[in-house]
Amino acid sequence: MRPPRNLKRYLSVFRIRLAYSLQYRTAALAGIATQFFWGFLLIMVYSAFYSSSTSQPPMSLPQLVTYIWLQQAFLAFIMLWFRDEELFGLITTGNIAYELCRPGELYGFWYAKLLAQRIASALLKCLPIMGTAFFLPKSYQMMLPPDVLSAGLFIISLLLGLLVLVGISMFIYISVFYTMSPYGSLLLFNVIGEFLAGMIIPVPLMPDWLQDIVYLFPFSWTADFPFRVYSGHFHHTEAAVGIMLQLIWLTVLVTLGRLAMKQALRRVVIQGG
Amino acid sequence: MKLFMRYLSILFRSQMQYKTSFWLLTVGQFFTPFTMIAGIWFLFERFGSLRGWDFHEVAICFAVIHMAFAISECFARGFDTFASLIVSGDFDRLLVRPRSTFLQVLGSKFEFTRIGRLAQSSIVLIWATASASIDWTPLKALTLGLMILSGTIIFAGIFILVATLCFWTVQGLEIANILTNGGKEMAQYPLQIYERWVVRFFTFIIPFGCVNYLPLQYILGRTDGDEMFYSLTPLAGFLFFFLCLIVWQFGVRHYRSTGS
Repeated sequence: MRPPRNLKRYLSVFRIRLAYSLQYRTAALAGIATQFFWGFLLIMVYSAFYSSSTSQPPMSLPQLVTYIWLQQAFLAFIMLWFRDEELFGLITTGNIAYELCRPGELYGFWYAKLLAQRIASALLKCLPIMGTAFFLPKSYQMMLPPDVLSAGLFIISLLLGLLVLVGISMFIYISVFYTMSPYGSLLLFNVIGEFLAGMIIPVPLMPDWLQDIVYLFPFSWTADFPFRVYSGHFHHTEAAVGIMLQLIWLTVLVTLGRLAMKQALRRVVIQGG
Repeated sequence: MKLFMRYLSILFRSQMQYKTSFWLLTVGQFFTPFTMIAGIWFLFERFGSLRGWDFHEVAICFAVIHMAFAISECFARGFDTFASLIVSGDFDRLLVRPRSTFLQVLGSKFEFTRIGRLAQSSIVLIWATASASIDWTPLKALTLGLMILSGTIIFAGIFILVATLCFWTVQGLEIANILTNGGKEMAQYPLQIYERWVVRFFTFIIPFGCVNYLPLQYILGRTDGDEMFYSLTPLAGFLFFFLCLIVWQFGVRHYRSTGS
């Protein structure tokens, strides 16, 4: 669809941003410590729940432990709110005018920027976290995926999930054009989105009626789905169908996002300054 | 105290400048713990009970700690964002004013949107205490109040402690999140479900266990003798806060300006 030269432009934005974000290694280290703390905490809570369970839960405890560690390792792929004061600042200070002068479509630029940020953050965190989680004592240990095919499907679905997630988060930035102060609209969106993505409790542990609602929204396709592919909770055919659905969501989100961005830019008022 | 009120009213007016955002934030704050308590409820629906605790009892734990956190974040936010004062060198200005640094930093920022969160937790608390079977006595009610107050003070103490660290590190420490958010997250369940080292740390070093788990035993009538002791455990929070203040004073004396 796009000419290759265009694509190259977005790629270079992506590369610059990636290098920029990778500089904050100390911050990442602190982040890793925090993530371990969360991981341990959640596992302890769930173990306590499982030990007093009367019926067979829909997900085994080792599967759940793996799910939790994946969540911690790929937190950057789940959180809707990835602090980017820069983009908000651009809109509220009026510096957006510069961005508009740049060649190329704003949607693509920002998309590449946000994508790079998330990948950088995940790159710094996922290896140390997963590397350690494989060797923890038994009750905290992370499992390997059941077979090679599941591992492959996991990687595909994880990447697609990331693309879907950035597609969703673009709407947050577009909304700032209307509200000017980002935090309000963001928080509400965030709270609901993260719940539906299985951040508060994993989707399989939710009651059935709630799961039906969850699957109507794109949020669970970002991270919950790939994690369950990894743990073998979704089998190969189910995983393949899911990946198709991810592709459909991605197309819908990007198309709508670009339309919304065009609308927003048409009525944008530069605040001087 | 008068000065504190002045700070309050000024910052309140400044935050009301962005009305839509303020209300959206408040509503958002209302829903944040809402999804959490909903999550806990779903877990109870799935699993039945949690090591002998039922949902109402855990909800009391949850509500107490979230109320404390909300109040503390509303008023002690200045310490939470203290790193920016150090980085910009603005702390120098506070030092030359004839008021205590504690009061000035405290008054430098308030987050009124936390009222949303407070409202939500209060509703949970009222509902949970009404549905759990408790024989109320005046002392028990007093203990409950003390639990919230003490929790607030512990969170404020942690904010102060972390702010004090900025005197040496200049930059704020992300890792401090473990103590504030992590502490909140952890203490929303009864402490007993965790491993022993966690329980020890959060009882004797940072006394979160003393603001909900231990006194709750008393309120729910589960103590074996020694009721007075259990009802007074929240006082440990005040001791913790006092120690934090001493550390703060120590930090201020060792402050070296960044000069910018």
